[in-house]
Amino acid sequence: MQPLLTIQGPEAALFWFLAPLSVAAALGMLLVKKAVHSALLLAWVMITLAIFYIAQEAVFLGVVQVIVYTGAVMMLFLFILMLVGVDSSDSLTETIAGLRPIAITAAVGLGGLLVSLLGRATLGREPIGLEIANNAGNVQGLAQFLFSKYVFPFEVVSALLITAALGAMVLAHHQRTNPRPSQREQAINRFRSGSLAGAAGLPGPGVFARHNAVDVPALLPDGTPAPSSISATLKARGDVLDSGQFQLDNVDTTVVEEK
Amino acid sequence: MSLDNYLYLSAILFTIGAVGVVVRRNAIVVFMCVELMLNAANLTLVTFSRINGTLDGQVIAFFTMVVAACEVVVGLAIIVTIYRSRRSASIDDASLLKR
Repeated sequence: MQPLLTIQGPEAALFWFLAPLSVAAALGMLLVKKAVHSALLLAWVMITLAIFYIAQEAVFLGVVQVIVYTGAVMMLFLFILMLVGVDSSDSLTETIAGLRPIAITAAVGLGGLLVSLLGRATLGREPIGLEIANNAGNVQGLAQFLFSKYVFPFEVVSALLITAALGAMVLAHHQRTNPRPSQREQAINRFRSGSLAGAAGLPGPGVFARHNAVDVPALLPDGTPAPSSISATLKARGDVLDSGQFQLDNVDTTVVEEK
Repeated sequence: MSLDNYLYLSAILFTIGAVGVVVRRNAIVVFMCVELMLNAANLTLVTFSRINGTLDGQVIAFFTMVVAACEVVVGLAIIVTIYRSRRSASIDDASLLKR
């Protein structure tokens, strides 16, 4: 293999420090259960890539990577995650039998192919580096290209951006097919829906002497927790506390009188 | 260390992203794995820009970023639309065309 431009000192140290971390974070993305954790790990991978871009004399791209990817794109991902919430699709059980071994075999094949190809390929000359190209500054150099050689792709990409914004608006717009029921209609429907249990609204969460929060179910007259008094989201997340621990016989009721 | 190591790193990240697209079931996580693949390709472009000594690779990486941003906007809007009608973000549930 042709010896490429050797990078000594700080950049090599930076690479050997950050590259294993980014690969570990990318692997963690596959293995963690919660989608929010995947998003945070991906944000970390993108930040390491931004550092690599800056180390590779692509200062503008490094800054854009931080702003566009870790800033805008990951914020959008987290926003949608919060909107969609927790559901069963987060589980790691495989639904198609034998998919995982096949996927891992194919991945080892693809990765091995790519890495061995890179190992065998030679350029036939030394790498040049960007000192000359970045002579007038990285941003100036990029602008020179964007507005001369690549001006048509630049225009096309701007049209694409506007189209994407329009498309997102069309997709997110929700046309009502029936009018929103008024409060009066909602009340009538509640009373006519068969059982009168929910006619006055769902019960609120439990209020106890030592704990007063939405994560504890209220108690029914027979002492069992009322499931309808707790938000379904909290239940799905597993954040519901047991109301038994706040019962009076479990609580120290001796009062120390202050003089 | 040679510049090749950046290319190896990007190959590994690309492979991990490809596995994620196949293995994970949450549509949003699948989307994030596609983003990882795009980022890995960008690292290759930036590295080759340095090897070749011209800024063309960086310009193309810049275009990739713009296209990726568009893709995220439209893709997430589609996911939200599917979630609204099927109450699930799982890619296995969006199978109406099969039946």
